[in-house]
Amino acid sequence: MTPAIEVRDLRRIFNVRQGLFAPPRQVRAVDGVSFAVPPGSVLGVVGESGCGKSTLARMILGLLPPTSGEVLVDGQRLSNMDRKARARLIQPVFQDPFSSLNPRRRVQDIVAMPLVAQGDIDRATVARRVGEALERVGLSAEQGGRFPSQLSGGQRQRVAIARALVLRPRIVICDEPTSALDVSVQAQILNLLDELRRDLGLTYLFISHNLAVVEHVASEVAVMYLGRIVERQESEALFHNPRHPYTQALLASVLTPEPGLGVPDVGLGDIMPDPANVPPGCRFHPRCPKVFAPCATQAPRPTAFAAGLVECHLEG
Amino acid sequence: MSALLEVQDLRVTFGGTAAVRGASMAVAKGETHCLVGESGCGKSVTSLAIMGLLARGGKREASALRFAGQEIGGFNEREMSRLRGDRMAMIFQEPMTSLNPAYTVGSQMTEVLRRHRGATRAQAVDRAAELLGRVGITAPGLRLGQFPHQLSGGLRQRVMIAMALMCDPELLIADEPTTALDVTVQAQILRLLAGLQRDLGLGILLITHDLGVVARIADRVSVMYAGEVVESAPTAELFGNPRHPYTRGLLACVPVPGKVKRGDRLGSIPGVVPRIPPGFAGCAFRDRCNHAHAACTGPIPRKQAGPGHEVLCTLDLAA
Repeated sequence: MTPAIEVRDLRRIFNVRQGLFAPPRQVRAVDGVSFAVPPGSVLGVVGESGCGKSTLARMILGLLPPTSGEVLVDGQRLSNMDRKARARLIQPVFQDPFSSLNPRRRVQDIVAMPLVAQGDIDRATVARRVGEALERVGLSAEQGGRFPSQLSGGQRQRVAIARALVLRPRIVICDEPTSALDVSVQAQILNLLDELRRDLGLTYLFISHNLAVVEHVASEVAVMYLGRIVERQESEALFHNPRHPYTQALLASVLTPEPGLGVPDVGLGDIMPDPANVPPGCRFHPRCPKVFAPCATQAPRPTAFAAGLVECHLEG
Repeated sequence: MSALLEVQDLRVTFGGTAAVRGASMAVAKGETHCLVGESGCGKSVTSLAIMGLLARGGKREASALRFAGQEIGGFNEREMSRLRGDRMAMIFQEPMTSLNPAYTVGSQMTEVLRRHRGATRAQAVDRAAELLGRVGITAPGLRLGQFPHQLSGGLRQRVMIAMALMCDPELLIADEPTTALDVTVQAQILRLLAGLQRDLGLGILLITHDLGVVARIADRVSVMYAGEVVESAPTAELFGNPRHPYTRGLLACVPVPGKVKRGDRLGSIPGVVPRIPPGFAGCAFRDRCNHAHAACTGPIPRKQAGPGHEVLCTLDLAA
């Protein structure tokens, strides 16, 4: 079966100048990432801020050209597609429904925008499909006539989802879709996304820093660290048997609502990852509690095993 | 034991909007009291009102507002500013906006001690360096000379904590101190706070929306909804035996690894937090509540549901 999303050795380097006369430094935001997502499934991408997860999302959406490597969507090269074709296939839902919606347009016009941008759809069809999309996400026609400022955060995120769905895409890239929302609203949106995926056969790339949310929605999880996927496993396996020390530390730092357990000691030390200054050898070694001889000098190779892949000297 | 901070029937209004509608709470020495609720429930306004930091137009009333046994409700701005940063300190969510970008870490940290305690520059610098070490910052000397933008988010939050501790406060009010941070850093900062509290006997009032944080760090929890404390209990009791429908709803919304299976629907609370008009009577949660009945529009009794466990509800929700 053709994967819905396939990424081959994708890289993106940013040249960052730190001062007027300082030589530019290279930030390797995404540094050789490969994976395939089968249709109808959900790949969760987790990692700390600065690990490159949003850069990855922007490249898959075609919003940012890769420095090297390839993105294939539904078996076709993204770089060969024009904007309209891309928009029909793949759509985003971003984190902040306060800044991702134009405040001066009515909800129905915001949702209609992708259809209008296609250029060849008549007004009656646009109106009908906007109505369908709003209904799909649980918004009324009356709410379609309002401005984003008149809606709550959860309702705005529903608008963003309706806009993503109005072209009937196959793939939706969700970049922290519930991070700005309250827990009760987050649950509503997660339930909605799951329902839509089942009914419409959608494929999601689901980016989040909230591991409990990712465990809930993802069928497979990729853990990113400084631009690379250091572990990828089927969701249940990853949460029960994390192989990479970084994954283990991430999971240990999740604070589940269970009183009496106290705050865990993550054991990562105080060094923060800096994408402009990637350590030699294994990029995680300065923070790794299990660091040993080869880690400082040799980069580990990805080791495949039954349920996934891990990049660590302790494996393989 | 007398409480370090005691708030009774706190009310805050902004023009026609009631933001806090009769909230009471107490923080004992060495205790962490978490105030939990969704955005707009009045938890941040409560903390600002206690510190006397309400924005212009905000009006505060309380039948009692006592700090270390002393009534501070009638304090003027001068008396309050003598207290703030000295005996009671505050940390905010986003350290980037609460640190001054134009001054070095060192000059911001030393200002507190020099102003409140009249310390010399050298004494203040020593104290600042000591506290930066205390909050787990290596090379404090280097950090004191740096500007906030040169630090990572986790480091900035550590600087905020160290700054709050400069004058050995008795009470620390922390408003979402880890919300902007990565989970790994969040765990480190919370461990740090817990350790400091143990060593220094601080009373902490921690405001958060994250029930995971609450479960792991609080001794006591107050759940706020639409400006009222709807339920208050010791932590284990609140999580093990929640009585208010809102508390139960909130707990059901959180995906717990291993408990809720993938594909299962999460619990959710329909609707949104309402805007409360002045003169509103009855339970503010009734429009979203599955158990709402006629009595919910009348006065709501505050019931004792167990030792130290209070709930504001007409129902008698058994365990």
